[in-house]
Amino acid sequence: MDKVTIGIPRGIPYYYYGNFWKIFFKQCGIKIIESPKTNEEIIKLGSQIAPDEMCLSMKIYLGHMKYLEDKCDYLFVPRIDRFDNYNQTCTNFLAFYDLANHYCKIPILHYNIDSNHTVFDGALEIGNKLEIPKMKLLSAYGEAQALDDDLKKKRAEEQQKILESPDKKILIVSHSYNIHDEFIGSAILKFLNQYPIKILYSDYFLEEDTNSLSKQISQNLYWKYSKESIGAIPLCQNVDGIIFLSTFPCGLDSLVHELAIRKIQKPYLNLVIDDISSMTGIETRIESFVDLIEQN
Amino acid sequence: MGSYDVAVYYFLSHVLKNEIIRPREITSATLELGSKYSPDFVCTPFKYTLGTMIEALEDGADTLIQLGGGCRYGYYHELQAKILEDLGYHCQVINLISGGNPISVRELFHNSSFQIKKKSFLKYAFLTKKMVFYMDKMDSYIRVNRCYEKEKGSFNKLRKQMLLEFSKAKSSFGLRKIYHKYLKKMKKLPRRKVERRIRVGLIGELYTLMEPFANFEVEQLLNDYGFEVKRYTDVTYLLFQKKKKVKQYLKHFFIKYRIGADALDNIYHTKELCEMGYDGIIHMKSSFCTPEIGAMPIIEQVAKEYDVPVLFLSMDMNTSETGFLTRMEAFCDMLEMRRKK
Repeated sequence: MDKVTIGIPRGIPYYYYGNFWKIFFKQCGIKIIESPKTNEEIIKLGSQIAPDEMCLSMKIYLGHMKYLEDKCDYLFVPRIDRFDNYNQTCTNFLAFYDLANHYCKIPILHYNIDSNHTVFDGALEIGNKLEIPKMKLLSAYGEAQALDDDLKKKRAEEQQKILESPDKKILIVSHSYNIHDEFIGSAILKFLNQYPIKILYSDYFLEEDTNSLSKQISQNLYWKYSKESIGAIPLCQNVDGIIFLSTFPCGLDSLVHELAIRKIQKPYLNLVIDDISSMTGIETRIESFVDLIEQN
Repeated sequence: MGSYDVAVYYFLSHVLKNEIIRPREITSATLELGSKYSPDFVCTPFKYTLGTMIEALEDGADTLIQLGGGCRYGYYHELQAKILEDLGYHCQVINLISGGNPISVRELFHNSSFQIKKKSFLKYAFLTKKMVFYMDKMDSYIRVNRCYEKEKGSFNKLRKQMLLEFSKAKSSFGLRKIYHKYLKKMKKLPRRKVERRIRVGLIGELYTLMEPFANFEVEQLLNDYGFEVKRYTDVTYLLFQKKKKVKQYLKHFFIKYRIGADALDNIYHTKELCEMGYDGIIHMKSSFCTPEIGAMPIIEQVAKEYDVPVLFLSMDMNTSETGFLTRMEAFCDMLEMRRKK
């Protein structure tokens, strides 16, 4: 089994679990290949096969899958349904496995998280399939978990430091797979970095904190990742402005961001990225937003 | 939604002591009102329901009831409540299904704004369930048979009368009697004879399928063409049969997991319709309905394997009726031509 290569598409779940998987597979001694950062080619691959109305993030994820299709033996696509009844995910997350199966001809390596299955069950399942010795698997899982937690803690600490600093600060409220994606978020970040403004990311805070804090904005929200992104707003009381970043036409953000916007009393900018949206228009909007914050 | 307001009104008027305001019928004004205050790319049912809510508030309501489902439908009520609040209305929006699970009846009893007659609650809950069951049964009968009527509108007339009598029924036996009375009457209606039956399956997102205004009365349209229509989605299916059936579907199917809302059901129904030899399938959804978008490529493939044409329609407030009619006409002509071959 040492010649197996696993392809990890740099799409939606990668931004939540990517680091964990990379360490896990490395510890297990399995070769992995990642798709490159999102580029024009990948977007093209994705939007060619996806239905028109599918959200941009999902199109990009499909593009990454398609890119890796002929470069590996297994495509690693998990399915994330829910952690419990009040921590569900978008319905696209539910369809990952079946869509991957539909579009890609190679075998899919997957696990399923729902009310009865956790990530650990998933790791065991994968171990069975790839014939990894159980001891090795357990130690790899432990190591990956510990390192991943460390990274998350470090990020949160850095965020805390920025939060306490006296500089001007902006909070970006978005899903990880949008803000850290090369096509969607990076261009915006690069543009923002020209200004002497510190940037906070909603997804870099610890999920234990943000998940419960989201209650202050929305009582009945039941999407885990949306909870975490808007939970950062009460946590960052002293930021000067908030940027809401979403892709067109994200089902969750259309409601959640709208509600958050109606409840905050801060300058905000609501950016919706499309696969044809021009950077110039967005730059102008960010520019005027930053001007507004600097004047305040 | 559709004619279900008869059943809902029946239930509420018997169970609550409060005054109940019937919503106005949905028109394009409703939709316009709703979309004026809605976020940009939310799905269309949000706009319809928001429009209806504002209309009801203007008629004097102060408590609104919203349901929920497995997609973002479950989250509608909170944002709608906030939007209404921002508009200056004072009202309470009660959600009956949160996070995909119905809230407990006890919670409703404790809600101070309801004055529930506890004694009649169970009885009328049962009766309403029965009523919806008979309504759905009758509707699926009508969908198959209305296309052969000799005198136009004869089925619809009887249906209207039946609904009127339903709303006055007092017992389960009475409901059954009315149902059978009208079924008999319908069976006696004069019909045309046809050589070839053409059958079309309707699948898709629930609101667009069940609200005749949202789908430009597609069922009537197809029936007028002389096509039989089969539709799985109705309230009986969604509330009482779905859970059981989905488990069955997952057991013997190439789809391994559920895809949220009705997406899995629709894929399975596509296969079922193809196997039953239906001539065509129409998939309808409101724009940006995420679960259905995920299901569409798979539906397309399944239908391709069986060589059955599928028409995908995405309904929005900007969908023009003329454009819709042209597409339907083309599709119907194509089905007829295929049949002749």
